[in-house]
Amino acid sequence: MKKSIALTLLIAGALGAASAYASGHGDPRARFIAANCAYCHGPDGHSRGAVPSLAGLESKYFVDQMKAFRDGSRPATVMQKHAMGYTEAEYELMGKWFAAHK
Amino acid sequence: MTIDRREFLKVSAGAAGAVTLSGLAGCASTSIASAKPKVVVVGAGFGGATFARYIKLWAPQAEVTVIEPNPVFTSCPFSNTVLAGINKMEDISMPYDNIKKVVDNFVPDTVTAIDNAKQTVTTAGGKTFAYDRLVLAGGIELLYDAVQGYDAETRKTIKHAWKASADQTGVLRKQLEAMPDGGTFVMSVPKSPYRCPPGPYERACMVASYFKQAKPRSKVIVLDGNPDVASKKGLFVAAWKKHFGYGTADSMIDYRPNNMPRSVNAKTMMVGTEFDDVKGDVINVVPPMRAAKVTGMAGVRTGNDGTWCPVDYLTFESTVVPNVHILGDSALTNFPKSGSVANNTGKMCAYAMSEIFAGRKPDPSPVVTNTCYSATGMGTAFHVATVFRWDPEKKALVPPKGANGVSKEESELEMAYMESWAMNVWADTLGLPDSYKFTAKG
Repeated sequence: MKKSIALTLLIAGALGAASAYASGHGDPRARFIAANCAYCHGPDGHSRGAVPSLAGLESKYFVDQMKAFRDGSRPATVMQKHAMGYTEAEYELMGKWFAAHK
Repeated sequence: MTIDRREFLKVSAGAAGAVTLSGLAGCASTSIASAKPKVVVVGAGFGGATFARYIKLWAPQAEVTVIEPNPVFTSCPFSNTVLAGINKMEDISMPYDNIKKVVDNFVPDTVTAIDNAKQTVTTAGGKTFAYDRLVLAGGIELLYDAVQGYDAETRKTIKHAWKASADQTGVLRKQLEAMPDGGTFVMSVPKSPYRCPPGPYERACMVASYFKQAKPRSKVIVLDGNPDVASKKGLFVAAWKKHFGYGTADSMIDYRPNNMPRSVNAKTMMVGTEFDDVKGDVINVVPPMRAAKVTGMAGVRTGNDGTWCPVDYLTFESTVVPNVHILGDSALTNFPKSGSVANNTGKMCAYAMSEIFAGRKPDPSPVVTNTCYSATGMGTAFHVATVFRWDPEKKALVPPKGANGVSKEESELEMAYMESWAMNVWADTLGLPDSYKFTAKG
């Protein structure tokens, strides 16, 4: 397990060097902000329950949903508050991160 | 922290004796890309376990030791469902298997001493661990002495159930089961700030829901040390009215603000407040609390008259002792003491520390969130949700406009989300695999 994580990180690091900040892949801030979602949406966006998974969502779809939560056009329980707490640039960062993590 | 002369001499002598060791370690912790910074984590609850897992993901070169006395993780969130008879202790208890796999050293032991000059931690088992960074995530210490009569003998009968365990939550459930119909359950709410602000009011709902179904002539008396319901007031009062007759002569819940328990007696089964003595068939007094004992050992429990630990919001490092970070309920912040906050700030601290280990500065404008659900015991739940962002003027993490609020009303949908939250936060905190079978129900 330890070895496979180290290997994954090595590969992620190598990929990150190529695509880095542009894809949100190797950006530590994108990685952290995306991890904020985990306690409801599951580790790495893989939900174990009724709350939808975020892993592998198309980036544009993710950003559009966040905007819809923010302006209230998509009804929500907790998501309007969360959408109001992040900037549009951060929606983009998170969207790219989840799109890259299937 | 105050150090008297003798202590100071002892500390200096120790530091001088260990000058090569700690000198090198100290150097390693601040230099760019140090080979293997030593991180010691005390406590593997929501804060500590999450931190340990994420620091190994984001700074795999760190050598991480986790010290935790409990053989399994037991969740305080959802433990009120055990009191209602919805779940059993095993449904809210989960293994540390994955944490043990990902960290370098998992030590099933209790910390007995911390030397913040030598940067070492010693355990009851007699082991000593050196650290470059220490993370204290020990939760809370209960102050039994603040309630007269709450001695070791009394504690055999009267339970707080504010740290979930078979001996606390499990025994309290058995007491409720054994209570005859028509009996009285007396519970208390400590003064703010305390672990899990909505927890006591949820507990009142949960026990009342059990009584409604199994012992309908029974009552719940809530003795609150606060002047009013301290969390989600509108939602709890609405739930009490809707389900338990609150506000009528037949109310199952008798809520009494400004009623801090001052004494407790297990023989007479009485709780004394400033105003009167209240008799209960089952008594559940939650004493006042402060940051975990280990924070006192490290000299970081200096805020709010020595009860909680002030931290730098960008790193969760103590503002009084360098290289000591405080996570979860022990920290003195404007965040609620919730499982979500402990989980999220665990990641924030791992993020800040991984940046430091990489030779960079921690993110100057972090974001953390809280999403906290409470259940009514009647198949519904509701939430409070908040996003906290760095405000350079206030030098604090505060919610932007609109990024803080509660449910309009309780709902079955939010009960499903609460159940989902529990599984996801447990999975995220402990690194439980996709194949892990959860058994807890909402």
